Amino acid sequence: MEKILEVQGLKKTFQLSAKQQKIEKTKEKFKAAVNDLSFTAYRGEVFGLLGPNGAGKTTTLRMLATLIRPDQGDALLDGSSVVKEPEAVRRKIGFLTSELKLEEFFTPNYLFGFFADLHGVSAEEKQQRRERLFSRFGIDKFAEVKVGNLSTGMKQKVSLVISLVHDPDVIIFDEPTNGLDVLTAKVVTDFLMDLKNQGKTIIVSTHIFSLIEKICDRVGIIIDGRMAECDSLEAVCAGKSLEERFFELYEEKVGKIE
Amino acid sequence: MKKDMLTIIKKEFARFFGDRRMVFITVLMPGLMIYILYTFMGKGLMREFSTDDAYVASAYVQNMPEELSSALRGLSVEWAELAEGETEAAKAAVTAREADMVLVFPADFSAVVAEYEVSDGAAPNVEIYYNSTEAESAKLYNVVGRVLDVYEQSMANKFDVNAGSGTYDLASEKDATGQMFAMMLPLLLMTFLFSGCSSIAPEAIAGEKERGTIATLLVTPMKRSALALGKIISLSAIALLAGLSSFLGTMLSLPNLMGGAETGMDASVYVLSDYLLLLGIILTTVLVLVALMSIISACAKNIKEAGTANAPLMIVSMAVSLSTMFGGTGEKNLGLFCIPLYNSAQCMHGIFSFQYVPGQIVVTIVSNLVCALLLAWVLTRLFNSEKVMFAK
Ligand SMILES: Nc1ncnc2c1ncn2[C@@H]1O[C@H](COP(=O)(O)OP(=O)(O)OP(=O)(O)O)[C@@H](O)[C@H]1O
Ligand SMILES: [Mg+2]
Repeated sequence: MEKILEVQGLKKTFQLSAKQQKIEKTKEKFKAAVNDLSFTAYRGEVFGLLGPNGAGKTTTLRMLATLIRPDQGDALLDGSSVVKEPEAVRRKIGFLTSELKLEEFFTPNYLFGFFADLHGVSAEEKQQRRERLFSRFGIDKFAEVKVGNLSTGMKQKVSLVISLVHDPDVIIFDEPTNGLDVLTAKVVTDFLMDLKNQGKTIIVSTHIFSLIEKICDRVGIIIDGRMAECDSLEAVCAGKSLEERFFELYEEKVGKIE
Repeated sequence: MKKDMLTIIKKEFARFFGDRRMVFITVLMPGLMIYILYTFMGKGLMREFSTDDAYVASAYVQNMPEELSSALRGLSVEWAELAEGETEAAKAAVTAREADMVLVFPADFSAVVAEYEVSDGAAPNVEIYYNSTEAESAKLYNVVGRVLDVYEQSMANKFDVNAGSGTYDLASEKDATGQMFAMMLPLLLMTFLFSGCSSIAPEAIAGEKERGTIATLLVTPMKRSALALGKIISLSAIALLAGLSSFLGTMLSLPNLMGGAETGMDASVYVLSDYLLLLGIILTTVLVLVALMSIISACAKNIKEAGTANAPLMIVSMAVSLSTMFGGTGEKNLGLFCIPLYNSAQCMHGIFSFQYVPGQIVVTIVSNLVCALLLAWVLTRLFNSEKVMFAK
């Protein structure tokens, strides 16, 4: 199996604001959101990062997408370092989170062209990809409708398609089904399976066990910014359900859940 | 880098010009509103200060002296004789706008005046009661005052001042107009440019940050400097349109405001080169303002915060343009023209009053451009900063 992502000892510490200190009930000024985190993902697999709220999933994926810089460690994405070659990394990945929004004023068609231009996609390829992706995901029907007038499910599809304008090999997706109803969530998971079948590597983060069980080949369980367990889904579960295994690990690392 | 910048500029234009409502509100409306407002204000003022020639005033007079009788009765006034003790009631009528004037001469006015010597001290006093809020009354006050002055002078006339019929103010009409424009326009222009910029920069930067659309741009391989420059250039172009619209509205309607044809005020006293220099100043001023506001907006959490944070900048730009109303133009230290905003206001004043020094304009334009570039660099740093863009 060919390694496509190698995460090596990533660390990220945030300075806590007074408000955050209150919320987290701590007097510490700093918090290691991600602490010495390492894992590897292989080409063509779906890798899931599982963890409770505040575990450091979003922080990890943002470092991989080069939106924030790690304090320590590095990650090699298809050979490019997120620390030293952020632009090369951005060229190779499609990054998607619910915080990234599309301008509501524009149509899917316009936005596709706009982002393709920013990614330096040639006119010919742009046209081909647009046709292929729009028809496959049924965007043709509302390609000329302003994003602001689309339903949440349609918007999500458009965001997904736009994150693929440059045909990246690796797709990084933070909480893909968070806040979506069952129908829209299914659209998204089907979409991801579709991408997997095309040979793309997919890194997702979630706190939903069923999503991992449904789409992931391998899983990393992240607790308090550290990797608690990382292996194939079968190996991690070891005959039990993922949920059971997760709580076992959690009690082992943190203590009894009150 | 250049290609990405153009892509961003194209998108910003598509966003702005694709929204007809936005174009109308930010570009067309300010100019139109100013034109209509100033024109109506001008018309209103003219009406307020002009009086009806056919009007016959009604006034009270007490102890009308024989020598003045014909002059006063020659005016288009209906004089009612007032007996001793009726003065207060008549004054109340003036306050109530029912009468235009109460004119009170001392008893035996002619005799008292004839006997009076300057060394005697307190001179005999004529009282003219009038109502300044009533145009006809105010006019009558001037007319009667003049009649009395003429009479007083005729009694002891040693010399006259400007008694001939020629024009004594030798200022050219052009300079007079220039002085008027130079007094009003730097402040107005700066206000328009500021409001043009502030109607779009917070929305386009803090708004995009608040809505999470700028983060979507940051995951593309585009250089942050391309984003910063693209934003500044496109926003400046739009702000410029808004500013120019207000400017046009002002230039066309200011003569109406100041009395139009009667005062001979006309924007055509300026020639093409004046306008071109002005355009250079305006253009670079907008670049600086937009860059400053972009930085403020990038640091702000949302549009509202950006709007509030712009207030001190507004005070500064108003203050520098007000400063042109005081202190002359002409030979000033060129170093002063390196200070952004201040230099712009000074140059505008200089151009409008025909007193600019070319070196000042050049220094202003160059230093504004340098300043805008420096600010663009700061904005790039901000777009690169995770603390600013992804703060919790
Ligand atoms: N920009 C920031 N400034 C300060 N603290 C931060 C920042 N981003 C994240 N944190 C803190 O780091 C910790 C990890 O946050 P992160 O968002 O990575 O968790 P997560 O696993 O994605 O959780 P969730 O399931 O809630 O999305 C949290 O305690 C969070 O408060
Ligand atoms: Mg998260």
